[in-house]
Amino acid sequence: MVEVDSRDLSSDTLFGVEEMEINFGPQHPATHGVLRLKLKVDGERIVDCYPVIGYLHRGTEKLFELHPFFQNVPHTDRLDYVAAATNNLAYVGAVEKLLGLVVPPRASYIRTILCELQRISSHLLWLATHAIDIGAMTPFFYTFREREIVLDLFEEYCGARLTLNCMRPGGQPVDLPVGWVERCSEFIESFPEKIDDYEGLLTENRIWKKRTVGNGILTPELALEYGVTGPMLRGSGIQLDIRKAMPYEMYDQVDFDVPVFYNCDTYDRYLVRMEEMRQSVRIVRQCLEKLPEGPIMGKRPRVLKAPKEGDVYHAVEAPKGEIGFYIVGNGTPNPHRCRVRPPSFYNIQVLPEMVVGGLIADLIAVIGTTDIVLGEVDR
Amino acid sequence: MVDFFGETLFAYAVVPLAKIIVAIAVVLGIIAYTTFAERKILGFLQVRTGPNRVGPWGLFQPIADVAKLLGKEDVIPNRAVTWAYVLAPCLVVGPALIILSVIPFGPPSGEGPVSSWFITDVNVGLLLVVAIASIGVYGLLLGGWASNNKFSMLGGLRSAAQMISYEVPQGFSLVVPLLMAGTLSLVGIVEAQLAQGRWFIFGFFPFGLLAFFIYFVAGVAESNRNPFDLPEAESELVAGFHTEYSGMRFALFFLGEYANMIVISAVAVTMFLGGWLRPFPNVEWLSFLDLAFLPAGLAGLLWFLVKLLAFLFVYIWFRGTFPRYRFDQLMDLGWKWLIPTALLSVAATGLWKILI
Repeated sequence: MVEVDSRDLSSDTLFGVEEMEINFGPQHPATHGVLRLKLKVDGERIVDCYPVIGYLHRGTEKLFELHPFFQNVPHTDRLDYVAAATNNLAYVGAVEKLLGLVVPPRASYIRTILCELQRISSHLLWLATHAIDIGAMTPFFYTFREREIVLDLFEEYCGARLTLNCMRPGGQPVDLPVGWVERCSEFIESFPEKIDDYEGLLTENRIWKKRTVGNGILTPELALEYGVTGPMLRGSGIQLDIRKAMPYEMYDQVDFDVPVFYNCDTYDRYLVRMEEMRQSVRIVRQCLEKLPEGPIMGKRPRVLKAPKEGDVYHAVEAPKGEIGFYIVGNGTPNPHRCRVRPPSFYNIQVLPEMVVGGLIADLIAVIGTTDIVLGEVDR
Repeated sequence: MVDFFGETLFAYAVVPLAKIIVAIAVVLGIIAYTTFAERKILGFLQVRTGPNRVGPWGLFQPIADVAKLLGKEDVIPNRAVTWAYVLAPCLVVGPALIILSVIPFGPPSGEGPVSSWFITDVNVGLLLVVAIASIGVYGLLLGGWASNNKFSMLGGLRSAAQMISYEVPQGFSLVVPLLMAGTLSLVGIVEAQLAQGRWFIFGFFPFGLLAFFIYFVAGVAESNRNPFDLPEAESELVAGFHTEYSGMRFALFFLGEYANMIVISAVAVTMFLGGWLRPFPNVEWLSFLDLAFLPAGLAGLLWFLVKLLAFLFVYIWFRGTFPRYRFDQLMDLGWKWLIPTALLSVAATGLWKILI
């Protein structure tokens, strides 16, 4: 073994290279929310990246223990606050599994519709911020125009636009308002054209492709090691979607495809999400057609009490990946322990692997493509 | 000597000074309303309304903006290099305004400097434009360095690399109309276009056109606008080189950017689009476009303004449409595509000139 002076290894130029440390965030326009990255850069090239999280920690998991099962639904709204419906569903699904509640089919269809609308609105927000991070300003306003319609539909259904609180263990709190189905299908019919508009601005845009193709490579092995889920995983060529793998609610009753792309880069993750929006449209359309009449709340005891022994894990496919709730009961109306498995928490951990060696501009694109929401990273 | 304080003073001091004041005032007005137009046009492209609160249709918005910026506290960071920090914004605005002195906004009418529609006609006008335009980069570089902020420094570095590499193709592309005209005087170049009966964008097809596109792409990069707005890339470097600037100093950077846009457009109009000439100056039946009923030269001024505003619109349109290039891709584009193409068109034009 030849001893090498460590300085010789780094100084491959005439003058020594000094790396600069940059604090990227938590108040930076591109680190959505309060993500902070400690970066070590050599010029513009990233040598090291270390995500610092916890600025939005609210002790949500502890809060779950302090409230009865049915009062915990609003806490889930605030995890991934741009996709409240899927959080609600993951939680109430876990409680229903634990307590053995049966959901009537109409409620189940409503849930499926809400979750897919939520997926559309979440992906629209992702597209808006991703595009504006890469410098394309206009898609932001186009997507927000459509997102507004989705939020209006939510507001009409449950009174809230973001923190929906729209599901209860055992069923749905309210039925669909009069005319909601028509307005929803009106949106669903017009929406695919709008997706074409966004794609017209971006998909074949040379600059967009230059910025995203080959950027932020996430190999399938790496993705599996880090527990990455959702569109990130499907952009890396692994077809895993909980809606197909472990169907919940009405996903086994409807016909849809799970888009998979194999190039593992930012562009393919973009394509995955664009295609997912089209598939969501398909799902909502079928659900609206099949929507049965009937009760919206199943039979359930007046006080929801967990069995003395027993724990349960229930996961659903959120817009960002697998969100799961692990709940332990202890015979009281409160959960003994509730652990959340948020997709963003796992997706953000792979960030350093994707950005080291790239430029700062690449980092921005990768942050956009991971589609993290700090609310569920920090909980 | 006899009438030194009479006509000479009038012709060489009073009139130019008045012209300078008028030109700067008008250009500042155009800048103010370019920001307004940018917001309105972007609003239109992006299905929203743009500013509409101050005055009818928001027409007084630029005035309100200036008043606000003047009233802001002017912060100089504690560990900034003060002299450079203060100098930087001036270095951005100054050169852009100096270049206006040689831009021919309208035709020379009559003898002497009194009645012509430009401040002065320098016989090396184009050289002056290129030389002074390259001073602007020091402002960005100094501002980025003097702010003592890492993001600012990265922005300054980016702008330095970007502007230096884009000056080369820009210079080469200006050589093409220069070869066609055979003079460096900007007025002479426009007159050559009149004499040859065509705008230089159509000269030596396709090399005039090619040079024009190279000039325009390089010009967009020079003025740090989308899709080449890397030095101030908001989502990457917070605000790039002007992160630490506030109040009127920030406004000066802003002003400089727009003044640069106008100058680059004006040079493009002069060199490639026939300056104050109407479209197709050699086609007889289009002569009604000369607008002969207007006072002498005013029609030329109008044509110049129309072309200038069209350019500014394209700038804004770009901003609404394109994502941002990455730094190394930008350099790639400059060095691997624009410079060889520009060299090719210069060589081809020269060859053509010799052979024909």
